[in-house]
Amino acid sequence: MTLGLRANLRVIAALGMRSTRQTFRRPQLIAPILIFPTLLLAVQTGGAGAAINLPGFPPVQSFLQFTIAGAMAQSLMLAGNSGGIAFAVDIEMGFTDRLFAAPISRFSIVLGRLAGVAALGVVTGAWFFTLALVFGTHIEEGALGVLVAMTLVVLAAIAFGGLGAAIALRTGKASVVQGFFPLVLVILFVSSAFFPQELMVEPAKTIAEYNPLSFIVAGIRDPIVSGFSAKEMLECLAALAAVGLGGLVLSAMALKHRLRTGG
Amino acid sequence: MRFPVRADFAVISALIERSKNELLRVPGAAIPGVLAPTIFFLGLNGVFGNLTDLRGFDSDSYLSFVIPVSLLQGAGFTGAATGVNLARDIEGGWFDRLLASPSPRLSILGGMVASASIRALVPTTILLCIAIPLGAAWPGTAGLVLVVILVMGMAAVAACWGTLLALKFKTQSAAPLMQAGTFVGVLFTTAYAPIALLQPWLQTVARINPITQVIEGARQCFLGGITWADTWPALLALIALTALLGGLSLRGMRRIAV
Repeated sequence: MTLGLRANLRVIAALGMRSTRQTFRRPQLIAPILIFPTLLLAVQTGGAGAAINLPGFPPVQSFLQFTIAGAMAQSLMLAGNSGGIAFAVDIEMGFTDRLFAAPISRFSIVLGRLAGVAALGVVTGAWFFTLALVFGTHIEEGALGVLVAMTLVVLAAIAFGGLGAAIALRTGKASVVQGFFPLVLVILFVSSAFFPQELMVEPAKTIAEYNPLSFIVAGIRDPIVSGFSAKEMLECLAALAAVGLGGLVLSAMALKHRLRTGG
Repeated sequence: MRFPVRADFAVISALIERSKNELLRVPGAAIPGVLAPTIFFLGLNGVFGNLTDLRGFDSDSYLSFVIPVSLLQGAGFTGAATGVNLARDIEGGWFDRLLASPSPRLSILGGMVASASIRALVPTTILLCIAIPLGAAWPGTAGLVLVVILVMGMAAVAACWGTLLALKFKTQSAAPLMQAGTFVGVLFTTAYAPIALLQPWLQTVARINPITQVIEGARQCFLGGITWADTWPALLALIALTALLGGLSLRGMRRIAV
């Protein structure tokens, strides 16, 4: 017998809290999520900052204002990957098997992990907005813009976390999930996360035009650099829905496979 | 009792042989050292390739401009992997047995550093095989020799850095620190653009960072001609960094009680 909705929400909250604590207790999990994107943000801002003078670069206050959304996206993708690694470690250690044996909805185990990744999304958003403000970045839409961008950041964290959870459930091996780390870099470099798509070099330029990450980053960037635009927002939400639904469907399939075959 | 010079070389060559065996038996272990710089090379070119249109950018090929950065990144990751492997050997107790042998500490360190320098040729070869067909300039024979020397020197510096941290923390959990050190060292330079186009704070960091000299030394091979004025600072930076970090590693090794 499975529990009711309220009890399942308690399970999700407890597992989400556990997953958040787990990340903050292990420096090797938190370091790639915040430190690596921050270092890359610093070096790109300092190294390619003059790019805002290129003809065709959208009007921005600074390169930092333009690229901060890209750093957030990078951090969120790494958070999804780290969440997947932690989930796979739970599977390897047998913790997930004990949860499967408990009278709770199986999918609340996945949602618990996603709640943890969402909490990381809040930390990520807060970290990068703090950095942006400390270094004098103007947020075009003010406090409301921060709120909207933070909401999109959390939704993106959940979407990427779903993909990480699906890989973890399907493979059950932390080393395999870890192996997806380079793919995160590839997806970032073929998106408009770090540079305007129109100014990129082929073939990255064409790929970036269709890469869902470009739409997600554009949605987060919009309230920071130019003010709300319905088109950017709708495209961002559609991309988030596609990635999120994809992650959930793949997670459900992987969960079903794991329960059927036991591994 | 002084260990004979021939025996010193025997220790170094045995450690190089062990490293070679690792590479042949676990080729997957070399993938991060190859994959990360390759992704960065292709990614940086795809994203920032049009920076060459900026006034003051002294090259019209971003591929040629950025390839030395990726080569040194590959060397850095390969060198840092030496630290991770040492931490693994410390955790497993193998390194204690090595220290208990009558081999001098300098030969042990020399063996690990030499292995890293040789292994760095793997990402270098792969990166050059990708970059040159894509349009990066051919550095010429003399340029290639200089690039190889600088890459091997950079791997030696990174190996000393990784070894220092492995001896300090004695755990593989320090791996991100080893990699982050080389990552910062290579990228907080003139990696993305000439010094005149960097933001003022990065100009200051790049001027202080000795790896900038190494990047510029390697870059001259792809962007025109080789001059002694651009070569000696690179060599000096590598010698100084290897001496400093190698000396500290050696001190760390001597402090380990067996």
